[in-house]
Amino acid sequence: MGELVVFVIFAPLALVGALTMVAARNPVHSAMGLLMTLFSVAVFYVSNNGHFIAAVQVIVYAGAIMTLFLFVIMLIGVDSAQDNQEVLPNQRPIAVALGLALLGLVLAAGSQGWVPRGTGSPVNGTIENVSDELFGAWILPFEVTSLLLIIASVGTIALAQFRPRAIAGDEADESAVDGELV
Amino acid sequence: MIVNFWVTLGIKMALVLGVMLVGALVSIFGELKISAHMQSRIGPYFAGGRWGWAQPLADGLKFIQKEEIIPDTVDVRVFKLAPYVVLMGTMAIYVVIPFGPDMVAGNLDLGVFYVLAISSISTVGVLMAGWSSGNKYSLMGGLRAAAQLIAYELPLVLAVVGVVILAGTLSLNGIVEAQAQWQWFGVTPEWLNVIPPYLILQAVGFAIFLTASLAELSRTPFDMPIAESELVMGYLTEYSGLRFTMFFLGEYAGMVALAAIASTLFLGGYWLPFVSDDLLNFIGPVVLITKIALLVFLFIWMRWTFPRLREDQLQQLAWRILIPVALANIVVTAVLKVVF
Repeated sequence: MGELVVFVIFAPLALVGALTMVAARNPVHSAMGLLMTLFSVAVFYVSNNGHFIAAVQVIVYAGAIMTLFLFVIMLIGVDSAQDNQEVLPNQRPIAVALGLALLGLVLAAGSQGWVPRGTGSPVNGTIENVSDELFGAWILPFEVTSLLLIIASVGTIALAQFRPRAIAGDEADESAVDGELV
Repeated sequence: MIVNFWVTLGIKMALVLGVMLVGALVSIFGELKISAHMQSRIGPYFAGGRWGWAQPLADGLKFIQKEEIIPDTVDVRVFKLAPYVVLMGTMAIYVVIPFGPDMVAGNLDLGVFYVLAISSISTVGVLMAGWSSGNKYSLMGGLRAAAQLIAYELPLVLAVVGVVILAGTLSLNGIVEAQAQWQWFGVTPEWLNVIPPYLILQAVGFAIFLTASLAELSRTPFDMPIAESELVMGYLTEYSGLRFTMFFLGEYAGMVALAAIASTLFLGGYWLPFVSDDLLNFIGPVVLITKIALLVFLFIWMRWTFPRLREDQLQQLAWRILIPVALANIVVTAVLKVVF
């Protein structure tokens, strides 16, 4: 009963958020729509006993990523009146065709049983279970992922910190420029 | 049974709302009186008769009566929604604060994690308020607030990790119990735990947590987002009437909430030695509220003692000092936990 009520409240909210995200002219409104969808999905995780994944969803997506999106959008000051000219030729027909193709593929895959159906037994998404799985069976993928993330962040810092001299503005000394890091 | 569920839910929500409002009003009154005392003033004196105790209520009534002005350049929907988002993020923290062994609205497995996750929603509300106001001071304030909240969320989270390692659980009730049953050199004498163990073992974490909480609350010395000498009132500039009141209440409710989390994590929460669990359900709230009051007094004291930092100093403090120290604290705690 409680789950049904939660669903009835938050499913439309998730859909409205998704539509707002796609349809809104203003990028800030789009970001807020996405935030609403993410939050509603987190509520669904809670109603399916996935408390940990719900909290992760909120802290990572709603907390960190959406704050970053909003921050960047506000910092570069996007005007509400955006240029709506389409750069790619025939963008709309191609988009519709690709969307229909994706829909067909998903439906075909679903009818083939490619998507595993629910087993009927409730998921126990407590933090103990998640950590047992994560640090037991999936320890190698977990560590590899963390290594990948560290490489990415070190790379970001390197790109921001060490620039070739020509980009940094020292144009006089062009002989020593090629590829050299300052 | 189903009716029971909804009735319990309603009662819990009413209680959470009540505790939050009363906590916010009392701490507003505390700030008025304590700041007055620190500046050799009398402070509020007339409202309510004695000590001017009704001053926050009178202020609240005044704000509610005021006209709500919405400027032309405002993005109306976002502008109107922002205070609710901020207040919601704060209010949701109160759900998991344990006032006694059984006196908690929702005893979650991942209590601390939930608190850190849900409080990050407020950041979005602040950004919404700053951007939607259509005012350069508000936007500057909103951006500063977001940069500050992102920076100080990390030391806040990392400071908590030390406690979680020691307690071996994320549940707030579990952390209080772990402090009550802490073993000093293999023995568990109740009288030794008069001083909560995590205050001593995690002294570094406690200091980082308090500093980061001050910054998360945007209180002096970390109140650059609403620095009145530079930004008028920051992201609050265009707000008036009831919505301003909501921001105002949210600020003080957030102070009480973070003080409650800090006392639960580091000061032993509702725990009192020599008292059985049944009795703790009655005495626990008093114990916790005393600890909260102490920490709120500390927050107010700091506000009226320290000058405001500069924006670059603020960021340096977070990234160059607090985060490395918090990480070192985690490593040391983990090593000691494994060794002993």
